[in-house]
Amino acid sequence: MKTNREIEHFVAPVEETPLLATDSLKTDQAPLSLWADAWRKLRRRPLFIISAVMIALIIIVALFPGLFTHVAPNDNCQLANSDGAPAAGHPLGFTFQGCDVYSRIIHGTQASLMVGVFSVLFVLIIGVTLGALAGFYGGWIDAVIARLGDIFFALPLILGALVVSQLPFMRENRGVWTVVMVLVVLGWPQMARITRGAVIEVRNADFVTAARSLGVSRLGSLIRHVLPNALAPIIVLATMELGVFIVAEATLSFIGIGLPGSIMSWGNDIAAAKSSVRTNPAILLYPAMALSVTVLSFIMLGDALRDALDPKSRQR
Amino acid sequence: MTTSDVIISEADRADKPLLEIRDLAISFQTGSGEVQAVRNAHLTIMPGETVAIVGESGSGKSTTALAAIGLLPGNGRVSGGQILLDGEDISQAPEKRMIELRGNTIGMVPQDPMSNLNPVWKIGYQVKETLRANGRPCGPADVAKVLAQAGLPDAERRAKQYPHEFSGGMRQRALIAIGLSCQPRLLIADEPTSALDVTVQRQILDHLEQMTSELGTSVLLITHDLGLAAERADKVVVMYRGNVVEAGPSLELLQNPQHPYTQRLVASAPSLASRRIQVAKELGVESDELLAPGTSPGGAVVVKPTMTEDVLQIQNLRKVFKLRSGFGKSTDFTAVDDVSFSVKRGTTTAIVGESGSGKSTVAQMVLNLLQPTSGKIVFDGVDTSTLNNKEIFAFRRRVQPIFQDPYGSLDPMYNIFRTIEEPLRTHKIGDKASREKKVRELLDQVALPQSTMQRYPNELSGGQRQRVAIARALALDPEVIICDEAVSALDVLVQAQVLNLLAELQSRLGLTYLFITHDLAVVRQIADHVCVMEKGKLVETGSTDDVFDAPQRDYTKALLNAIPGARLMLPPEVA
Repeated sequence: MKTNREIEHFVAPVEETPLLATDSLKTDQAPLSLWADAWRKLRRRPLFIISAVMIALIIIVALFPGLFTHVAPNDNCQLANSDGAPAAGHPLGFTFQGCDVYSRIIHGTQASLMVGVFSVLFVLIIGVTLGALAGFYGGWIDAVIARLGDIFFALPLILGALVVSQLPFMRENRGVWTVVMVLVVLGWPQMARITRGAVIEVRNADFVTAARSLGVSRLGSLIRHVLPNALAPIIVLATMELGVFIVAEATLSFIGIGLPGSIMSWGNDIAAAKSSVRTNPAILLYPAMALSVTVLSFIMLGDALRDALDPKSRQR
Repeated sequence: MTTSDVIISEADRADKPLLEIRDLAISFQTGSGEVQAVRNAHLTIMPGETVAIVGESGSGKSTTALAAIGLLPGNGRVSGGQILLDGEDISQAPEKRMIELRGNTIGMVPQDPMSNLNPVWKIGYQVKETLRANGRPCGPADVAKVLAQAGLPDAERRAKQYPHEFSGGMRQRALIAIGLSCQPRLLIADEPTSALDVTVQRQILDHLEQMTSELGTSVLLITHDLGLAAERADKVVVMYRGNVVEAGPSLELLQNPQHPYTQRLVASAPSLASRRIQVAKELGVESDELLAPGTSPGGAVVVKPTMTEDVLQIQNLRKVFKLRSGFGKSTDFTAVDDVSFSVKRGTTTAIVGESGSGKSTVAQMVLNLLQPTSGKIVFDGVDTSTLNNKEIFAFRRRVQPIFQDPYGSLDPMYNIFRTIEEPLRTHKIGDKASREKKVRELLDQVALPQSTMQRYPNELSGGQRQRVAIARALALDPEVIICDEAVSALDVLVQAQVLNLLAELQSRLGLTYLFITHDLAVVRQIADHVCVMEKGKLVETGSTDDVFDAPQRDYTKALLNAIPGARLMLPPEVA
């Protein structure tokens, strides 16, 4: 509705909002890649700092147990000390067999961490490869890989582990690698699913089409453009799974199908301590605490990474 | 006696502003401290008046409007000034008072019709919800009436449908119905039609105008399109970087812009410009001669020898998609139907059409990313469907795309150097040093500083990203560039800049453009030839001047008529 009302013509003084050159570039800030950006956010988050320090400490313990204890874990196990209270040089007391609890925890770190790290590594290799192929190419490749994953996904961990570890080859070679193998066989489908979803999300992006029309091959665009952009959820899941696998190893060892008793691990220690729960629950408590703290650190790290890598929050 | 009293009081009321914003300041709490989004904004809306706020993205236009209805995002607050509604300051009003006002006194039509209706509720229920919240009768008949008033045919049946059964235009009508259902005295329309096709946009705005003038509703229209604002509003308020830089009667503002920013805006608004962008300096032609192409000896010398050759010939192109419909059944959907045209070397051909017209499918097929169902695409004398892998690789060097979404077409993990270098690396051109030199040259060509090389796409604005995309497309020295809505997502000023850049590159490098767009105003600025598509078919082709001056088909006429601002007569020196 046009009216005859007088409308004043207002013009702001030019000095008030100086005109910028249209679309000028800010050049005063340092360039920022996704990783640099994530790092900038992470280093200010207490959640990340605490978990990173904890994980660094755990890794050092695993690599150099000798730095933290001078007591050999299995020497001088004297039944006289069975379920003994803390004594000088033995801060956490003695196990049922009369071994030093503290020393066993320190030396058990290695096996637990190795199982976690290697399981995640192989799960990444298998899960990411299959998931990426399924998501990127779709069609029958997707169908076959998805069904294959479903088969393993349907098996509960304990049941699956019981079955797999009863295979003759597994029974004869029990050790870190057989546990890793069990966990990888049962753990890859989840990684494949996450990767598949992330890849599907990215594969239709304009920059992938742009790369294809530049002459980049399909596989080339998958490796160079799609995967790097799908990496964030994969990294987050991998970090969290590391914790989960360490728990799984302890669970399997606890029910006797994980690491053999000759290898020191937190799971074995927890299993061995169950007979002394009533007399000396501390023996159970200490390895369980080591386990929880480690797992918590990894899950916290995963949480912090997820926040930092969230593309939606990415801007100056 | 009593009647004259009433007349006086009504006239009195009509003279007082309905909404007055005084020295409004709005700030947002962000991770890096408090940011001022709006400063010293002021604006007055009289009863029954339509006022438009115009500005580019980030200018604070939507923020100002949201403050008026008390819907600022959680981290924003009014940090100064007043918002007077009928003399009552509502800038710090409690939530309870705002709830009373919303719907009844101030209505709102939000921007995106696709996401602003709740997909799990029927349209009728969503209208009813509004009516009930404002204590109005909300029976099925009332709902149908409201919807019918907004121009929805067969309203009673439509009210029982879900949003996904509605087209974009119908959804926007439903939203307008909701916004006006309680007959508010002020309607805030935030880019109500920017997601719609031009012809639909026109219908909706016509209808909105008619409804609000019947009801005597004041409208606060927020838009980025100066032409649209001038056509629809009594008064235009121009915002720039959070400040109101100019306000005044719409026509006067266009004809006589005072503030340098408004002048810039008027000069580059595509819907107002009538003439093709020419790079006069490069060609050394006087601007008079530009108006009569072909007669100018200076310009013709450069282009003429190649002008005659058809670099692209599209013959009877068809593309049929199989749509899945239930178990194993499929129906055919013909996206592109018997399309033929040719593109001359060194010229710009625009394919125009509304969404769903098949124009992007044509582009995909020309780029050899999609196989045609039948028909031929002949590039430089060779049928592109006969190419083997190696030849396609070579073909890709010569035909390059620029995509619509400058935020999506650059890999966020690659810095600008790697992005522009990628085509060179893929085609194994030169060594590391020569590639870097080429990237620097390309950045110069698209007028970006060389320091951009180290940056990542998320640090650049939309226009800058589009320049990077252009630089990447130019890296292989292609002959043909397919621009798929290449400037549609950009602000007007940036759009003008990018169009100028494209025109300049064309005259310098002899490029051929195939320009896919829905925006006829842009076509007029850049294209030599136009192909108008409707529902997969080519309805009209011709030189831009012919099509614009004497459109043959009704559809083309409707499209041309729907350009906002097209009906405004401006003195040529402004346009």
